[in-house]
Amino acid sequence: MGPLAVNEIISENTNLFLAFLIGIGFGFVLEASGFSSSRKLAGVFYGYDMVVLKVFFTAAITGMTGLLLFSLFGWIDLSLVYVNPLYVTSAITGGVIMGGGFILGGYCPGTSFCGASIGKIDAMVFIAGLFIGVALFAAGYGWFEDLYMAAFKGDPKISTSLKMSDGVFVLLVILIALAMFWIAEIVEEKFPREEY
Amino acid sequence: MSDIKKDRKKNYLNPYMGGVLLGLVLLAANYIAGRGLGASGAVKSVVVTAVTTIAPSAAENSGFIKEYRESHKGNPMKSWLVFQMAGVIVGGFLSGALSGRLELKVEHSPKITSRKRLLLALAGGILFGFGSQLGRGCTSGAALSGMAVLSLGGFVTMMAIFGTGFALAYFFRKNWI
Repeated sequence: MGPLAVNEIISENTNLFLAFLIGIGFGFVLEASGFSSSRKLAGVFYGYDMVVLKVFFTAAITGMTGLLLFSLFGWIDLSLVYVNPLYVTSAITGGVIMGGGFILGGYCPGTSFCGASIGKIDAMVFIAGLFIGVALFAAGYGWFEDLYMAAFKGDPKISTSLKMSDGVFVLLVILIALAMFWIAEIVEEKFPREEY
Repeated sequence: MSDIKKDRKKNYLNPYMGGVLLGLVLLAANYIAGRGLGASGAVKSVVVTAVTTIAPSAAENSGFIKEYRESHKGNPMKSWLVFQMAGVIVGGFLSGALSGRLELKVEHSPKITSRKRLLLALAGGILFGFGSQLGRGCTSGAALSGMAVLSLGGFVTMMAIFGTGFALAYFFRKNWI
């Protein structure tokens, strides 16, 4: 039963090798979907290219539904799967700063590696920025530690906090995603641009 | 289909298909490793390695590195995310090569110079690097992977990222459109 590495069905080294293969899949799909282009990525904020919304939401609902089904079939023990913790203050401030980084840089870490892998110099410079940003955080950690550790709430699930079952919540997200896709198609028709 | 859509010479995947495939990769990661995809964590590993190698005494006193070591024993480069990101570079390159998109260039709107684009990219990267540490993840690790496991923390970070992007978009529109 999955997760394979956590249940020690595969060794740590096999897990790392598979991480490399998973990464190849990740990078390939991102690039093939156009996430190697900063102008395409920024498009979601202006309406001229909604690829980020379409890919992101589809991937999220595929992943969510897949995990629930796997759990239903007894193929995975969801209690052993990592759920991101919630530290309210840093989650919000970090997200706001990243949002600024996104609109300025037109990339996020994963997509910048994709862009760099096909030769985008602006992606390479973005990556250099990433290292500087992480180093700045590391250097100033003493000042940020309190904020970073504030308001820890464990690792709650959205479904639990809304007092819904996981399945009902996933269904809700699917419905919201379908509505978002419909809106995205309309928005793109309104703001046509060339393909980047 | 409008004429603009017919002009789409770039042979990108249909985004919904891309999304399904990405979701399957995400599912595979969770099934195999018990965790989702990520990116910024690999940058963190490299920074930890660099500091530990170049300035070991600073590393001894670094709260940042102590915090990292609490959840990562052993060599920081022998980490799931570092291996995954190595794969991302290979996968991105393969896709670009197969689709004829390999080209060394600065991608920018014709309304700004490439120099300006590079400065913006640097600034964006610095903000994203810093923010990803505070946020304990980026759009891949917190938002996308977080959503797949219904994480409230991931969701909050995701809303903050995209909400801020939308809020600031108007002020930076000249760089994009």
